[in-house]
This record gives sequence, structure tokens and C-alpha cells, in this order.
Amino acid sequence: MKKSLGAVAVAAAVALSLSACSGSSSEEAAKGEISYWLWDANQLPAYQQCADDFTKANPDITVKITQRGWDDYWSTLTNGFVGGTAPDVFTNHLGRYGELAENNQLLAIDDAVEKDKVDLSAYNEGLADLWVGQDGKRYGLPKDWDTIGLFYNKGMLAGAGITEDQMKDLTWNPEDGGTYEKVIAHLTVDKNGKRGDEPGFDKNNVDVYGLGLNGGGDSSGQTEWSYLTNTTGWSHTDNNPWGTKYNYDDPKFQESMDWFAGLAEKGYMPKLETTVGAAMADTFAAGKSAINAHGSWMIGQYTGYKGIEVGIAPTPVGPEGERASMFNGLADSIWAGTEKKDAAIKWVEYLASADCQDVVASNAVVFPALKASSDKAAEAFKAKGVDVTAFTEHVKDKTTFLYPITDNTAKVKGIMETAMDAVVSGKAPASSLTQANEQVNALFK
Amino acid sequence: MTTLAKHPGSAPPAAASPKPQGSYRRFGDLRIALLFIAPALIGFVFFYVVPTIRGIYLSFTEYNILGDPEWIGLDNYTAIAKDPLFWNSLAVTGQYVFLNILLQTALALGLALLMHQVAKSTIIRGALLLPYLMSNVIAALLWFWMLDYQIGVVNQFIEWSGLPRIAFFGSEEWAIPTQALINTWRHMGYTALLIFAGLQAIPGHVYEVAKLDGASAFQTFRKITIPLLRPVLVLVLVVTVIGSFQVFDTVAVTTAGGPVNATRVIQYYIYQRAFTESDFGYGSAIAVILFLILALVAFIQMKFLKGNESDLD
Repeated sequence: MKKSLGAVAVAAAVALSLSACSGSSSEEAAKGEISYWLWDANQLPAYQQCADDFTKANPDITVKITQRGWDDYWSTLTNGFVGGTAPDVFTNHLGRYGELAENNQLLAIDDAVEKDKVDLSAYNEGLADLWVGQDGKRYGLPKDWDTIGLFYNKGMLAGAGITEDQMKDLTWNPEDGGTYEKVIAHLTVDKNGKRGDEPGFDKNNVDVYGLGLNGGGDSSGQTEWSYLTNTTGWSHTDNNPWGTKYNYDDPKFQESMDWFAGLAEKGYMPKLETTVGAAMADTFAAGKSAINAHGSWMIGQYTGYKGIEVGIAPTPVGPEGERASMFNGLADSIWAGTEKKDAAIKWVEYLASADCQDVVASNAVVFPALKASSDKAAEAFKAKGVDVTAFTEHVKDKTTFLYPITDNTAKVKGIMETAMDAVVSGKAPASSLTQANEQVNALFK
Repeated sequence: MTTLAKHPGSAPPAAASPKPQGSYRRFGDLRIALLFIAPALIGFVFFYVVPTIRGIYLSFTEYNILGDPEWIGLDNYTAIAKDPLFWNSLAVTGQYVFLNILLQTALALGLALLMHQVAKSTIIRGALLLPYLMSNVIAALLWFWMLDYQIGVVNQFIEWSGLPRIAFFGSEEWAIPTQALINTWRHMGYTALLIFAGLQAIPGHVYEVAKLDGASAFQTFRKITIPLLRPVLVLVLVVTVIGSFQVFDTVAVTTAGGPVNATRVIQYYIYQRAFTESDFGYGSAIAVILFLILALVAFIQMKFLKGNESDLD
């Protein structure tokens, strides 16, 4: 009796541990309803269309899409992994997938990609390789990409006598800020109507800031400062992807950050403390800033505001003679605990195919990962009257650098968020980042 | 609000029958008693006792929730002792509790006296409770918008009256007072209600005697009302202090610990370490420390304020 009880317990334990990996037979795994999560509400209509088309082509499989806001997305997902309620397929981020792969939460899809002959060279350069983990296995197929550009208020530019061509040829350096700082200063207006570069400018009573501020930028500075810091030859980590040492202690980087924080000190950019709350794009729409550096995923929002003419310029050319933009991309990944493995793979491959990415392109919300679909998206934007070359140029000219992909990204972000806020708010000099950098690099020992 | 407040009062085991009628009857009583105790007991065991014990266990492990916990002894605790962010969170929480409790108790006492002596209308008394009925998150978000630096109505008003705008949530000086004021606003009605109940329990004849002796209103308040209110005030203080130490939701939906570390209160830091940075062992260890601090604070309050004795007896 005792023995059989033990055997039952062992069998149950084995069954439990197996159910997470394989579970059902292949026939069942290829049909039924699969769940799919994404965080951007703007993209939901396009992907719902993809799901409907997918079911039409594969009547055995239906896709249930759930959109969850970015703020709760990752903690809800982690709870799902533990509680067994995670979606079969979900939109994944470069900053997160390393840790998920390391904890065996993602399904490697190399075999399927090979068997189904997915053409990895059809994606924009480098995008497909980003989703190969440190173990050499593939954990996702790319779905889109984004770069950074300068959104500007055309009316304010005209009022300041700055031409749109001038905006296309901005230069920047960490010593005097180049023509970028000159334009920002000239676009800044105080409550008495004095411009930022005029004598008598009151930096404590600014009406319109030349440059908007999104926040301190934490570890990546994706839209805040990386489009500047990375033109100096500096990069976030020793290697990318899978670096093991961060470089926030580099004097070159710290010089750039001192310049950036100085903009707020000079009154050309809002103080960090005043930006807690209303979103940067909304304050731009309210006429509080003339230029906002932001990502291509924001095109729809910026060009959608009523009563405000918006143009988009490329980010400035840096001291080494080139522009720079972070190149970030999302992918769709499969949860290792899925019971619908085959259906999930089919859906991921469909999401990564021209059939779905062309649908996304025609919605003109983001740039799809496939080169051909990217071009279609640019055309769709053009048809809406939006010139997006500021974003596509970075990819064409290869002036992009990757979002820093490492382990411990959540902890790095936790440390750097505080340190960067202190610097950008002027509470600490950029040299204080050396200490934060030591803390960060200690995580990799 | 607090874990204490949620405990259903110590459900008395069905009164023992005065005349024992054999073991069967007593057994029957026990069964019925257990039946009535069961819901509270099961909830208490599964949602308090088990998680507490598990939390204590996890505090000695390295655990990222996706893998298995790995026993590391006291490593988390020694790391916490050297963690400046932990000490910062204690300091910040201390400031918050001090401001919140001081304002909340003073205002609630004032409101309770007004309810007792002036505002006899049930509608007005009920209205005082309205902020407390609102979800914490909704209340926090409403204030977040109203106090926004750029577009908040409060700052529009401040500017209109000729004063400089205030970064209520964004400046390190204002962030904690702002959080404390929001929660004072939300909780003072409820606290006032508790004190009001205590006021009503003070027999009227005590006041009549005081009046005959020619005591002034202030003397009556100081010499009669406050001493006789003491048991209720102690209860209110214990419950509100514990609740105040656990401030989380308003911080989470507004400043998320910032600016820099100005509002990284202890509960938020626990959440950050555990749920954002997947360091559940470390988070549990801080939670255990918070548990010990709260137990100590409650013990000191009960002991020195003599909350279990009344001067009425």
C-alpha cells in the first residue's frame, strides 16, 4: 500500500512537470483556441484583422487577442507563467526576453523555422538575429521595428524663422550643443515673449520650451538621450547583444549627460520635476514644447492632434559625423507551457509573414519587420500625408544601434532610473553615474 | 486598509452550555461552533498564516519565482542591512507616517467633535465618509490630475492667485507631503467616525457634573473628553499607524517611487524588488522586517498608551 502511494505521488509529479512541456498529443496541439497578448492598443485593430484572416485560412484555430497596458503587462505575464495562465503567444520585448529564455519560459522555434522555410533574410537587417538567445536558440520571429526622430511644431518653427531644411541638417556635440542647441534656444519663449537666446530671457518663467522632456531615460535613454550620446562613439555595453559590462562611467557619456541636464538648467527644457504626470506628447499638443524627440511608434499620436501642424526631422548629426538612433524591435514569442504548441507556431509564423505584416503596414501604425512590408508602411504613411523618412533613413543609412540586450535588465533599469533622474533633475552631476555603474556591473559578477 | 481591521472580531466559540448534558451534546456544540468559525478560520489560515510562513521561508532563499527557491541563509538580511535604498525607504516611510497620522488624527478628532456637537444630520455625517468609499487608485489618480504641474486645476488656481506653480508630485520636497495629504483626505472621515463612536460612549452625566463645577469648554475637552476617549484613540492610532506604514497604492499609481527615491516607501520597495526585478527572496526579507517593525510599534502603542484599560471603570 505504502509503495503504491509513493508510486502515485511520483507519477503525479512527473505528470505535473511534463504537462508544462508537452502535455497533449500533437493533433490536439494543432487546433482549438490560442491566446495572444499585446500591449499597444493602437495596433490592436491591425492584429485583430490578422487573426480573422488567419482563422479563415486555418478554420481549426481561433485566436483570442488580449490587449494589456505596458504598465501591467510584464508582471501579469510573470504571474501567468507561474499560475499557468500565460498566453500561448505574446508580444515580446528585447529588454525582457533574455531573462525569460534563461528561466525556460520561452519555446525555442528553430526546428519549425527550418522546417517551414521561414526566410530570415527578408526582414530588415539584424532584426531576426536579435531573437537568438545566448544559448544559440531562436525565441521569436520579428514583427516590427522603431527608430527615433524629432517631432516639431511647424507653426512655432515658422514663428521663430527656422526653416524645415534647417531642421534636417542639425548638428550636435556635447561641448556647446551645436546647431541643435541654437535651434532649441531660439524656439524657447518666456512669458514676456523673449526667446531663449535673447538678452533678458527669464529662464524661470518659460512659456514654451524648445525641447520637451519625457523623463530621465533610465538605463536605455531610448527616446531621451541615446540619439545624442551614441553619436560620440559611446555605447551602452561592451557587447550587444549579451554584453556583460555597462559603460555609464565613460567620461564621454557623462559629458553628454551634463549637457543634457544643462538644457533644463538653462530653461530650454522643462525641469524633470514638472514632467511627472501629463505625457510629453500631450504637453507638446498643448503648445508647451516646440520639439519632442520620440519614437516612430508615436507617429500616429503626434500627427493625430487637431489644430497643430507637425513635421518630423531626423535626429542631429553628432561629433563623429553621423546620426544615431536606437533600433528596437518586437517579436512574437511562444510560452514554453503552451498546450497548443503547433497552433501557436503556425500563428507566430503567420504574424511574421507578409500576409499579416502587410495588413499592419496598411494601418500605418508601426513599421513591420519585413523589408517589403516596411516600404508599404512608408507608403501608407505618405498617403496619410506624413513624411516618415526621418525614421526610415536611419535604417537605410545604417545609423542605428541596438537596444542594449543583457541579462538583469530589470535590475539595471531599477538602479539607473534613480541615478539618471538625479542627474537630469540637476540634483547630482553626471560623474555620480560612475557609482551607479559599479552597482550595475556588480550584477554581472 | 489594514490587515488588522479585516480580521473578523474574535468570534466567540458558541457560548458553552451552562448545564452540560453529556458528551454528545457538548460534541454537538463544538461541531456547530466549528461550522461557524470555519469560514473565518479557513480564510485566516490560507490567506494569512500560510503566506506568512511561506514568506518567512522565502526570505532565506534566492527566488525569482520562475525557478526553484535556493536556500541562502541570512544573505538577504545582511544585504538589506547594507542597502541604502532600504534605509531610505524606512526614512521616507517614517516621514509619511508622521505627517499622515498627525494630520489625520487631528483632523479626525476635530471632525468627530463637530459631528458630535454640531452636525447632527445623518447626511452630513455620511458625506464625511464618501472619500473613504472611493477606491484608493481612483482617489490617487484624481488628485494626480488635479495637482498636475502643467495641466492640473489646482496649479491653474495657484498661478491665478499670483503664486508660483508647485510640482506636487515631481519635487522631492513636496512628494511625500502630497502623498500624506491625499491619504489624510481619504481616511479622515473613517477615522472621525471611529472617534465619534467613542465620543458617544462617554456618559452625558460626566459633562453635566463638569458644567455644574464651572469647567470651561477647553477644560472639559482636555480633562474629560480626551482621557475618556483614550481607549478608542489608542485603537484608532494602532490601526491607522499600521495602515499608514503600508502605504502603497497611491505611490504606485502616481510617482512610482520617484522623484529619484523621494517616495520609494517600504511597501513600494518590496513590490519593486519582488515583482519588477523578480527578486522574491529579497522582497520577502524586507517584508519580514516590516512585519517585525509593525508588531513592535503596535506592542509599544498598546503598552504605553494603556489601550486595554478605560478610565470609565
